This record gives sequence, C-alpha cells and structure tokens, in this order.
Amino acid sequence: MDWIIDKSRPICPQICEQLCLRVAAGQFAPHEKILSVREIAVAAGFNPNTVQRSLEELEGKGVLYSVRGSGWFVGEDIAQAKEVLSGILAKKTADYFAAMQILGMDAAAVKEYVKEWKE
Amino acid sequence: MSEIVRCNDLYKSYGNITALNNVNFTLESGKIVGLLGPNGSGKTTLIKLLNGLLTPSKGEILVDGKKIGVETKRLVAYLPDNSYLNSWMTVKQIVEYFADFYEDFRPEVAYEMLALLDIAPKRRLKTLSKGNKEKVCLILVMSRNAKLYVLDEPIAGVDPAARDYVISTIINNYNPEATVVISTHLIADIEQILDEVIFLKNGSLVLHKTVDQIREEHEKSVDELFREVFKW
Repeated sequence: MDWIIDKSRPICPQICEQLCLRVAAGQFAPHEKILSVREIAVAAGFNPNTVQRSLEELEGKGVLYSVRGSGWFVGEDIAQAKEVLSGILAKKTADYFAAMQILGMDAAAVKEYVKEWKE
Repeated sequence: MSEIVRCNDLYKSYGNITALNNVNFTLESGKIVGLLGPNGSGKTTLIKLLNGLLTPSKGEILVDGKKIGVETKRLVAYLPDNSYLNSWMTVKQIVEYFADFYEDFRPEVAYEMLALLDIAPKRRLKTLSKGNKEKVCLILVMSRNAKLYVLDEPIAGVDPAARDYVISTIINNYNPEATVVISTHLIADIEQILDEVIFLKNGSLVLHKTVDQIREEHEKSVDELFREVFKW
C-alpha cells in the first residue's frame, strides 16, 4: 500500500482519508482483513500509535471494524466510506475554488474554466 | 497511561559551562519521543543524566517515579552515541554477555534480528562494517524488554537504507507500554514515527509538543519548524 503523506499536516487524518479512498474505490471487499497496525506502521514508517488512532477513528465512522485478537476488517457497508470520501471531495473542491479566487477567478469563471478544461 | 520520566528544574553544568538550564518536562509511557536540538544543545547530557552516567548539578530527574540508580537502570535500555563493545568479541559472545547482564534481555529476539541481516553469530565485531556494527548495537538495545529506551543518535552514522532499517526496527519492537526517546538532528527522516518532540536550545527546553499539535498549529512539518526555531 502506498501512502502519500504531507508532513506539514497531521498524519492521522491523512491515513484515514487514504484508507477510506481505497475502501470507497472497492479495493477491499466487505469483511476483508486489512494489514495490522504494526504492519502498516512498519511498511510506511508511521508511528504505531498514530495508525491505531486512525483505525479507531474509522471504526467510529463504521468504515472498519476490529475483532479482538484477530485484527481489522473492512465494514459491510461501503456507503460509510463513500460518505467520508464525498466529504474529502467537497473540502478539496472548496479549497480549489478558494485558491482560484486568489488568482482572480470568481466561482462562475472557475466553473466555466473547468467545463472547457481538456487534459 | 503512567508517567515514565520527570525532570524538575534540572540543571547541569561542567565547571562554568551550563549544559542544561532549568529543564522541566514529563514523559508518559507508550510514546515515541524525539529529543531534538543542534549540536551542543544538551541532548547527550540529558540522556546521560537519564542513565545515571552523570548526576544533576541541581534539580532532579526521575524514571518511573524513582531517583536514578540500580532500580531505574533495570528499566532503561540505552544506546550510546559511540560503540562501547569489545571489538574482539564475537556477536554470539556479546549476546550472551547481554543476556547475563540484563534480566529482561531476550536472546531469541536478538538472534532473529541478526539472522534477518545475515550477520553470523560467530563473526567478530571488528570484522563487521561500521553500519553493521551500529545495527548490532541497536539490536542489542531493542532486544531488551525495557520500560524506557534511550537512543542517542541512532541514525547519524548510517546510510539512508540503513536508516530505514533502524526506523523499522524501532517500530517493530515498539511495545505500547514502553517509551522510546530518540535524540537526533536528522528530523525529516524520523518525524513520521514520533508522537511528540522536545526541542533543546543552548541547554534550555524551548518546545515540548505532540507532532500533530505542531502540524496543526504551525501548519509545518517538524523539520520546517526546527529550521525556523534554530535559524542562525
């Protein structure tokens, strides 16, 4: 699993976001076991406490669940992950609009710009 | 969560040179703590005080609520900034030496880690490369089942791949009941594994925060903040 981490932001929400993204994208089946806290921490070089906190947060949101003694699993309903994901998308889009405004484009101009945008 | 380290008005001087000036902080168990500061800021002095290799000029330092002594040395696993092992000894002899010395030493853990590195137990220490020698020292320290691990510059002398090895060894052996204190000036390499950091500057504590606090409040990485605090 590759992680893209911005060190100037807290790590925990970034781990949550990226796990949600993968769940929402269907990279894991419901009830599939994911790596353990230690495995994630060692592979990515994260603090194990941070990884633990991230997984617990996702458990609170219903994206993951833990089984005592056997590890972490993907939840039944990926709607939860999709909800988290749509929150991220909304935030990123808002950030984008704000950044474009600084560059002198209002919302209408940005929308026009996006519509005409070719990759 | 219990308190593992406490410094009260800790002061240390060497003659008329002040190495630590009224340092106050506490550390909880279960944390990975970065002890950060430029050369000569007092990091090694603080570490030696934790180990009882030095005694405070004023103030006090407690480990697990106890004054530094035999009892606390039982709890602290220390990696010094230079090697102190006899280079004529074989790796196996050193492992046995440690097992003899420390009740909490787990030889099977040490041998397992040595095997992963392809270091044969019969090798003499002096025949190992500098990087491998340092790895052996780290393995010996992390093979103890201590309450407090104190690592003085564990990544300073090794190449980037070996640095990754050191970091993953620390995480792999991390025990949620123990605290690991890592002193370094190579912050970018290590900041992702830290829970909190202590900045020392000219013997004074200038900052003690969790890394997420730093990222939230300053919108900077620990490395960036360090460069700002210690700009000259």
